[in-house]
Amino acid sequence: MTDPLPDEDSPSTSPSRMERLTAVRPRLLSFARLHLRDSAQAEDAVQEALMAAIEKDASFAGRSGYETWVFGILKYKILDMMRAQKRQGVWQPLEEEGDDDSIERQFQSSGRWQQHARPASWGEPHTVFENERFWQVFDACMIALPDNVARVFSLRELMGLSTAEICQEIGIKENNCWVILHRARLRLRSCLESGWLKGETL
Amino acid sequence: MMMCKGATQLMSLKQDRALTLQERMSLRLHLMMCDPCRQCDKQFALLHEAGERMQHDILGDDAAKD
Ligand SMILES: [Zn+2]
Repeated sequence: MTDPLPDEDSPSTSPSRMERLTAVRPRLLSFARLHLRDSAQAEDAVQEALMAAIEKDASFAGRSGYETWVFGILKYKILDMMRAQKRQGVWQPLEEEGDDDSIERQFQSSGRWQQHARPASWGEPHTVFENERFWQVFDACMIALPDNVARVFSLRELMGLSTAEICQEIGIKENNCWVILHRARLRLRSCLESGWLKGETL
Repeated sequence: MMMCKGATQLMSLKQDRALTLQERMSLRLHLMMCDPCRQCDKQFALLHEAGERMQHDILGDDAAKD
């Protein structure tokens, strides 16, 4: 055991685990950013999660993979910080209703698709997912979403919470949650289609 | 008769909870007749899968070991 310890505070984290943390960090950061909608807070969340992983290294039971364990810690931190954001009144009111213009623009008054907004084929999912440009546009489209809409969508589709859990987490009615998710999906599909498929600048 | 906008509500809902029999029937009927909505339905499903993909990518090779 002549390896230098990576950090005084982390006597039990092996160098290879430190490397794995360094490697996964950028991905954790972009994940946190999508939820918290704030780069500085995302940095904090990831920092805290990594610190916790290092401190609690001994408690990693190895039942799941190491990255999965660290990711679990980060998810917990993100939820914690989202609750704090909500408490501190950082969020716009979530209950606001009414029509969403960017959705209304996709439909005629009859409820049919507008000609220009008609969904086109995106091709096979596995081909889509291999396309780097798709992910760039996806990221840009997520950032373009209104904050609250993006938060609910991220909790549902990126964090994998059920709508019932989201209601509890952020204190909205489930009905409201479904309305917000419907809007998020319509906005995202439209944004992705013009930005990625048609190559328009976002 | 349900129009496209209402159909997209059900397509979205379908990603979040099981549809009732009646909801399923009216969505299926609409999708049979409407190609743009069939595309939209696939796109919503793809968005859902993209979220799962993203989680997987964060975990990298680790996910494969789970
Ligand atoms: Zn339709």
